[in-house]
Amino acid sequence: MIGEIDPVIINLTVFVLAIFVGYHVVWNVTPALHTPLMSVTNAISGIILVGAMLAAGPTETDWGVWLGAAAVTLAAINVFGGFLVSQRMLEMFKKKDKKGNA
Amino acid sequence: MSANMVALAYLVASVFFILALKGLSSPESARRGNLFGMVGMAIAVATTLTLTQNWPLILGCIAVGGIIGALVAQRVQMTAMPELVAFMHSLVGLAAVFIAIAAVNNPVSFGLPEVLPAGSKLELFLGTFIGAMTWSGSVIAFLKLSGRMSGTPIVFTGQHMVNLLLAIAMVGFGLWFFFSETTNWTAFIAMTAIAFILGFLIIIPIGGADMPVVISMLNSYSGWAAAGIGFSLGNPMLIIAGSLVGSSGAILSYIMCKAMNRPFLSVILGGFGSDGGTAAADDGVQKTYRSGSAEDAAFLMGNADSVIIVPGYGLAVARAQHAVKELAEVLHKKGVNVRFAIHPVAGRMPGHMNVLLAEAEIPYEQVQEMEEINSDFSNTDVVLVLGANDVVNPAANVPGSPIYGMPILDAYKARTVLVVKRSMAVGYAGLDNDLFYMDKTMMIFGDAKKVVEHMVKAL
Repeated sequence: MIGEIDPVIINLTVFVLAIFVGYHVVWNVTPALHTPLMSVTNAISGIILVGAMLAAGPTETDWGVWLGAAAVTLAAINVFGGFLVSQRMLEMFKKKDKKGNA
Repeated sequence: MSANMVALAYLVASVFFILALKGLSSPESARRGNLFGMVGMAIAVATTLTLTQNWPLILGCIAVGGIIGALVAQRVQMTAMPELVAFMHSLVGLAAVFIAIAAVNNPVSFGLPEVLPAGSKLELFLGTFIGAMTWSGSVIAFLKLSGRMSGTPIVFTGQHMVNLLLAIAMVGFGLWFFFSETTNWTAFIAMTAIAFILGFLIIIPIGGADMPVVISMLNSYSGWAAAGIGFSLGNPMLIIAGSLVGSSGAILSYIMCKAMNRPFLSVILGGFGSDGGTAAADDGVQKTYRSGSAEDAAFLMGNADSVIIVPGYGLAVARAQHAVKELAEVLHKKGVNVRFAIHPVAGRMPGHMNVLLAEAEIPYEQVQEMEEINSDFSNTDVVLVLGANDVVNPAANVPGSPIYGMPILDAYKARTVLVVKRSMAVGYAGLDNDLFYMDKTMMIFGDAKKVVEHMVKAL
């Protein structure tokens, strides 16, 4: 055993590896879909909602909880807005059957 | 749920986020990818809900935010996508700041010790200042993109010095917060306030056509802000999702800078061509150009074998995408081979033109990127430039020109060039465009949408 590892190191490990994954995945995104890429990543960065929910979590209500509630609302706009607008855009990139195959 | 179960559920959600981005590698798999993203988010939220008690408040807020988000997503015009994206970046930034403040106020609710350890303080500091800069920077970007604020760079003497001093002050307050034994609100709030101001100051000197870089950069920031909060909370899912977004935005910024052949730093420091040579491009000789009507242009295109359409920001401003689609269809029926050539920085955000053309139901097979189509210009009969300027300026091939080295669409190689423009005014780089004065070029003045509609009628 090498003793206890500081959680920060573990988080750092995750962080660095995730950047590599992101780097490789994003280079494969076709340039035509760069706008949807931005809106999808926008929705994903709404994951901050999780942190906001924890801030709004405690039942004894102080101003911190209200701040958390505000953050939940903002992040939820992002999540729903981001995914739905991506959906709307990606629908437009559907193959048109009437032409193209002709 | 046990802590291990929570961690496993978060892992599943993280995998879904990676799959969401992977799906975007082609238009066929993209919708499934987006769905994966939603599933991942649903898992993450449901899992987190089990860790909280205040369900009515949380669910109520999610419902309110969700309804607002859904309405915005449904109503937004495709031409307004850049504004929407900037607006949403600002929300992430502000949420990150709120969360960090709440964490400093009540660390226990986040599973942190009552007295914040040094490491957590550092992470909260990072999360807060990135979040604050994302918010104020995005607000400026939003105002500029939506035309509520002029797109011209706002520059003043000593600007970089002011920014530098503010940055140093911000770090100073951060250190004070870091080394205080108790919670030092004064330092924390001062630091946050300076970060807000810095966000404003960093974006105001950046002009309209550099917006693709700015918006990608803010995209990246919003990801790093989420990752920063993930570090503070010791939550790997937040770190993973944040890093994915962060690297995505960074790659997009890189692609945009490369497409303009400008170093990232020079875009960020703002003010195009401040290294001189902007206004001096005119040698005083009155150059002549040929102008014609939409009917003349329609005649030329109708008799051509191949036409390449080069759309630019002017197309988005005039909302001409549907008219262009009709034009392409009419030409197609006449047996003309019609294609679209997209420069990476055409428009105000990465992929802007592709979305507009897709909205108009132009098959994406007809829409080609610069590398794919550039060699074809020389055997093309007619190029129709719609509201684009710098991206077709052959000055990019002339050493000494301010845009020298920028990759351009080789429109000047085509047999005939038609340019639809509102006036002879220069483009964003402040440069005259020699393409407009070539013998084979015909200028058609007017609003892109009206001109294209006239062309369709004439055909």
